[in-house]
Amino acid sequence: MPPSPCALCKVNRALILRPKDHSKLCKTCFISVFETEIHHTITTNALFHRGEKVAIGASGGKDSTVLASVLKTLNERYDYSLDLILLSIDEGIKGYRDDSLETVKRNAEQYGMHLTILGYDELYGWTMDQVVEQVGKKGNCTYCGVFRRQALDRGASRLGVKHVVTGHNADDVAETVLMNLLRGDLPRLSRTTSIVTSTPSASADPASDTNIKRSKPLKYAYEKEIVLYAHHKKLDYFSTECIYSPEAFRGSARALIKNLERVRPSAILDVVRSGEDMAKLVPGSDEGCGGACSKGVSAAEEEEGEGGCGSAQGRSTGGEMASVEAQLRQNEAAVDGHLETEITTKTINGSGKQQEACAANGKKAKKGIVPKKSSKQVMGQCKRCGYLSSQEICKACVLLEGLNKARPRNHIEVGYEVQDVSLNSVRDELDATSIRRD
Amino acid sequence: MSNDDTIPITIEFSGGLEILFSNQKKYNLPLPFKDESGEPANVAFLVRHLCDNVMEDPRKELFVLDGTVRPGILVLINEADWELEGEDKYEVQKGDHIMFVSTLHGG
Repeated sequence: MPPSPCALCKVNRALILRPKDHSKLCKTCFISVFETEIHHTITTNALFHRGEKVAIGASGGKDSTVLASVLKTLNERYDYSLDLILLSIDEGIKGYRDDSLETVKRNAEQYGMHLTILGYDELYGWTMDQVVEQVGKKGNCTYCGVFRRQALDRGASRLGVKHVVTGHNADDVAETVLMNLLRGDLPRLSRTTSIVTSTPSASADPASDTNIKRSKPLKYAYEKEIVLYAHHKKLDYFSTECIYSPEAFRGSARALIKNLERVRPSAILDVVRSGEDMAKLVPGSDEGCGGACSKGVSAAEEEEGEGGCGSAQGRSTGGEMASVEAQLRQNEAAVDGHLETEITTKTINGSGKQQEACAANGKKAKKGIVPKKSSKQVMGQCKRCGYLSSQEICKACVLLEGLNKARPRNHIEVGYEVQDVSLNSVRDELDATSIRRD
Repeated sequence: MSNDDTIPITIEFSGGLEILFSNQKKYNLPLPFKDESGEPANVAFLVRHLCDNVMEDPRKELFVLDGTVRPGILVLINEADWELEGEDKYEVQKGDHIMFVSTLHGG
């Protein structure tokens, strides 16, 4: 094939074929167009206001690295007047997060941004390595997902930041749309398509953890273009898989998205747009925000379903894919009930009957797979930690209680028994919580 | 194999793909000039060659699926998207730099 010239400048050799419109661009024009489109997303959705302090949820991976780079560029180019900082969560996984955090540290220097790293051990008294030691590799992603969710909010709160941006891209959103469609969970589909999610504060306390806005400036950016942007701008990012879910990236929803893209590249954005349109049809879809935001929905609620791990913080794709695959397997053979009971109970907020039924069947109904009753939930504060929760005790505290109860026994019982003990105690606690609500 | 029978090229893996290739990002390879059926070596042949002769990881399906590069892995031929170059039918030239970048891995 003879080299094609760039569709924009008509001079340089085209190096990029854009998935969304098949246009052929040279490196310089591509970088410029990519940045301009993010700027457009930011301005049309009014994501920021002047002088706002914004924390970038940074994992060292491609998405958050590109997000940090683009936001720095746009902040200077268009004078957003934003105070950008990096916020990283250290799950405490040796050989995984400690390496990627080194990348974040370099990014902080490269972009001249202040970096805060907050560890699970500091927040919860447990590193993920310790959690896995206790509960085993199976199901640990639930803990990680629940903990990470709160960790970003708590970190932001500690830094006096009211807005956290994450690197979710169009592929992530399309994947979530498809999965919620496959689950028949339109209320969640409605929530997860929103570019802004906001956790309405249950109290007027400005120091409260819970009043944090979340947004996804890369929501319309293709993963392919994010990777190409990182490549052509020679950004320093880290790619790895979590050692506790090495198979996660082979998930079926992700594979489906990538196969669709191969056949018809515009499919990804089309799915995102379809998701947005379907969201508008969901009754009560505007009620999730609890009145605290005009177009946003509850962040806590949105994420409640995403109990999975992520290959990056702020990204739930790995875990979600894994859970779809897991669900498919579970549908074929519902075996090995101990873990699932734990997850099932969390899944249904205040729906005791359904919970019992699931538990009785020993079915593996994974968090986020069983559709929630509706998008209407009464949000309150966790009685223990004050975090926003639809339950009296938030999920993180419930999980922690289970972990902490089992901890002393760790030394006197053999491994698999400890595992059962911890999971049973989690389940008991969840049962109790649920019954209290009923 | 003498130099006449091979094409010197540079192969690079990134975005996490290097994990499948002994954690080595860059390979300077002599690629056989002709493929199994005597046709000029193209990218499809290169991919087979990498699978059979370079990749030690048994999880071939993480690199190749249904006879072609797994969806979600970008191929850059001298920095250009392979879709601009004829994809796997592109005939490999001496000194080519061919890069495989995974978009599938997280951070």
